[in-house]
Amino acid sequence: MKIKPLQIIAHIILILGVLLMVVPIWISFASSSHDSVTILTEGMKFHIGDQLARNYNEVLNEKGGWSEEVTAAKMFINSFIMALGIATLKVVISAMSAYALVYYRFKLAVPIFWLIFITLLVPLEVRIFPSYKIVSDLGLTNSYTGLILPLVASATATFFFRQFYKTIPDELLESAKLDGANAWSFFIDFLVPLSKTMIAAMFIFMFVYGYSQYLWPLIMTTAEEYWTVVMGMKIIYTESYEGVALPRTAERFAYIILSMIPPVLVVVILQKWFIKGLIQTEK
Amino acid sequence: MSFLDLKNVTKIYPNGTKAVHETSLSIDEGEFMVFVGPSGCGKSTLLRMVAGLEDITEGDINLDGKLMNEVDPSERDVAMVFQNYALYPHMNVYNNLAYGLKNRGIDKETIEQKVNDAAKLLQISDYLQRKPSMLSGGQRQRVAMGRAIVRNPKIFLFDEPLSNLDAKLRIQMRLEIKKLQQKVGVTSIFVTHDQVEAMTLADRLAVINNGIIEQLGTPIEIYDNPKSLFVAGFIGSPQMNFLDGNLKNKTLSAEGFEIKDINSDYEGDVTLGIRPEHLSQTENGLINLKVDLVEQLGSDNLVYGQLKDKKDFCYRCPGNQTIKTGANLSLNIENNKYYIFDKSTGKRVN
Repeated sequence: MKIKPLQIIAHIILILGVLLMVVPIWISFASSSHDSVTILTEGMKFHIGDQLARNYNEVLNEKGGWSEEVTAAKMFINSFIMALGIATLKVVISAMSAYALVYYRFKLAVPIFWLIFITLLVPLEVRIFPSYKIVSDLGLTNSYTGLILPLVASATATFFFRQFYKTIPDELLESAKLDGANAWSFFIDFLVPLSKTMIAAMFIFMFVYGYSQYLWPLIMTTAEEYWTVVMGMKIIYTESYEGVALPRTAERFAYIILSMIPPVLVVVILQKWFIKGLIQTEK
Repeated sequence: MSFLDLKNVTKIYPNGTKAVHETSLSIDEGEFMVFVGPSGCGKSTLLRMVAGLEDITEGDINLDGKLMNEVDPSERDVAMVFQNYALYPHMNVYNNLAYGLKNRGIDKETIEQKVNDAAKLLQISDYLQRKPSMLSGGQRQRVAMGRAIVRNPKIFLFDEPLSNLDAKLRIQMRLEIKKLQQKVGVTSIFVTHDQVEAMTLADRLAVINNGIIEQLGTPIEIYDNPKSLFVAGFIGSPQMNFLDGNLKNKTLSAEGFEIKDINSDYEGDVTLGIRPEHLSQTENGLINLKVDLVEQLGSDNLVYGQLKDKKDFCYRCPGNQTIKTGANLSLNIENNKYYIFDKSTGKRVN
């Protein structure tokens, strides 16, 4: 087989891209298997060391924080609950509101859609004080509800679902109506299965979005039992040990590697549908 | 009261378009009614009003003795076959057929029984597990019909179901629909813009133009006795020839010839209609045709040419006659089969 020079260049670029993505992760992983002292004295590592099990065990189970009670495992659970709640509710709410906007032809559907769309210009960071005020007035600080609820509306997902529903031919609805489907069963029996690839794609986006939230949980939670992974990354191996002992670099790397696992799992599990959802629609 | 009764049904769309004008129509049980007309004439709107997919602006629709105006489409017990079939893409054929039954709360064994019966009738039993995207056009068409049949509805509605098929399959499916309707015996309304489909399928057909039923009758009645210029031009293929003329004292004078003793007291400008198949060659005939083009269909020849006044004209003769381009033919109208229409209103006057 003859390989054209252009192909070689293309492959080199692609390989470089892959290396750019993978090498930092590999270094983190390799470094997480050494002793902190080794890393501090010899720098980051490319090969696997012998401290792997010890480091990870320590990270997962060591109690930290001011109260000396919160473990990384607990933070993973918190993050997972938060991301799952945000992603699930975002998908459900956006799909249903898009359904209402497309299929219930009330006069204000278009203005309401644009109103929803405009909220893209007002992300949580911009409205963080009013949001905090509302949540704290409702007494939801330090609760999963408080972590999840202010983030469940999604203009992006609503927009995508709306565009998708608009491509579904009217005859399908009419035919379903004649077959005795009501508004609810049309949604469940038709729109949900037809948009499952879209749902998977949105779920992944929203899960990663929820998982990587930093500012909101930081403001929302005062109790350590609600700390999330991303917050922990900042807090757990710095403040409480600062000045007391050597920086625990190896454990930090272990922690970073662990923190990547849940979103990676979600992507791996849903990727088949995710790619379909991005490149084609089943019609 | 007949099975399906439309009384002064009118449809005005929110933007003010009047799609259907005070249409009244009765359809008997088991009858195959065809609505035919050009696109945008309101035939589909009328059908959709029967289905309940369009609101009725004015008038009443009664089905089997019950007023349907406010009844939800799902409660009307009608089944519809759509132009693009509207099969449920994510369900296999079995579930496509079963969906309507499931929604009616019928138990599983009965559903299976009914779906299998319908599948057998339509010869789609082998595809029950396939998705619609894996079926050919003809198979999809059958599934769409199966979905209608399986529910055993009071009335079948067909909205141009054959227009997505290729010519050969269209003729085949046309026959199958007719056979099936005779076998199942369900009252049916079939909408089409194809006059051949209309003629072949209909027990009775309604020719619709601009939201008005121009003529209602059996296909042969309409072919033999069109009541208006529009119907005359729409039904029959190739189209009827139209010539300008003037009617006075029961004598019609057209460009180059006269017809005497016409059975009409109308006087004024008229349009004379002659079907291409109602002509025959003769010596010293009324009409002189200069042949431009001959289409040989085997069984027939279609002869296109021009009259003296450069008017296009078509003549249909048996396929065994040899006619050459450039020839001059002398034609007579057979058995006085001509139609005279008031030029201004299009109404038949003879």
